[in-house]
Amino acid sequence: MAESHSPLEQFSIHRLVPLDLGGIDTSITNSTVFMLVAVGAAILFLTLGLGRRELVPGRWQSMVEMSYELIANMVRENVGNEGRRYFPFIFTLFMFVLFANMVGMIPFTFTVTSHIIVTFALAMAVFIGVTVIGFARHGLHFLHLFLPSGAPLWTAPVLIPIELVSYLSRPISLAVRLFANMTVGHVILKVVGGFVVTLGIAGVLPGVAFMTVFTGLEIGIAFLQAYIFAILSCVYLNDAIHLH
Amino acid sequence: MELESAKIIAAGLATIGVIGAGIGVGNVWGSYITAIGRNPAAKKEIGAFIWIGFAVTEAIALFALMIAFIAMG
Repeated sequence: MAESHSPLEQFSIHRLVPLDLGGIDTSITNSTVFMLVAVGAAILFLTLGLGRRELVPGRWQSMVEMSYELIANMVRENVGNEGRRYFPFIFTLFMFVLFANMVGMIPFTFTVTSHIIVTFALAMAVFIGVTVIGFARHGLHFLHLFLPSGAPLWTAPVLIPIELVSYLSRPISLAVRLFANMTVGHVILKVVGGFVVTLGIAGVLPGVAFMTVFTGLEIGIAFLQAYIFAILSCVYLNDAIHLH
Repeated sequence: MELESAKIIAAGLATIGVIGAGIGVGNVWGSYITAIGRNPAAKKEIGAFIWIGFAVTEAIALFALMIAFIAMG
């Protein structure tokens, strides 16, 4: 029992199938495998749930319908009627983040969203998409987002940099929120798990109790973070479509 | 001062930032309870907003914790 493993070891990437496409490292890593597992689980959940389309849904079909309704209501409330065309994107985003987080809660798996590059790629996809949608819809009038129509002109030198910085910080905060929640949650689980082992017989009752409760909390946070990612994407989309 | 001790002190100092998040998160539910106390019918309507408020406030705590982790290693 002399060797101690760092709680950050669970986030290391291992190359499983080394591939090299023209100098770029495109090997299949454990991150790739678990992203495919998350996507596969989401596809299975949705398609098998709607296998027998009953009018009065059974349990599985009910869950699929509830998740559809949750996101459909979220998009309609936050973006309005024109936002309904962006529903597939928000739904895909929500399902991917949800299943990636949930698959990571299973012991001995790898949490895909615990890497900043993964969450940053998702957040940048949302940010770039929303900015392009804003410019496509409003042209250069989109820049009025940074100087709301009611504000007097003399406040512009102060207001515009503040609004610009807060707009550019959106993908960063979106990415870091998801990444930090997942990483910190798993680190705490590992650290307390280590304590349970070293406490031995005295650590059975409090250790198992704490691990159970905290794992439950982490599952709740996994769902909540996916929901927050989706709803904030809807809010940013609303800002771009209806300028304030 | 050695680098190792400086790292650990930096991590400890960075964690002070979560105080603000603690106050903020408590504020979210405190306001919710006050709102329910004044108007029990509002329970369903604003029930969804507490989770959004919690997650966004908690993110600030995690920003501070991230700096602590970065400082440590």
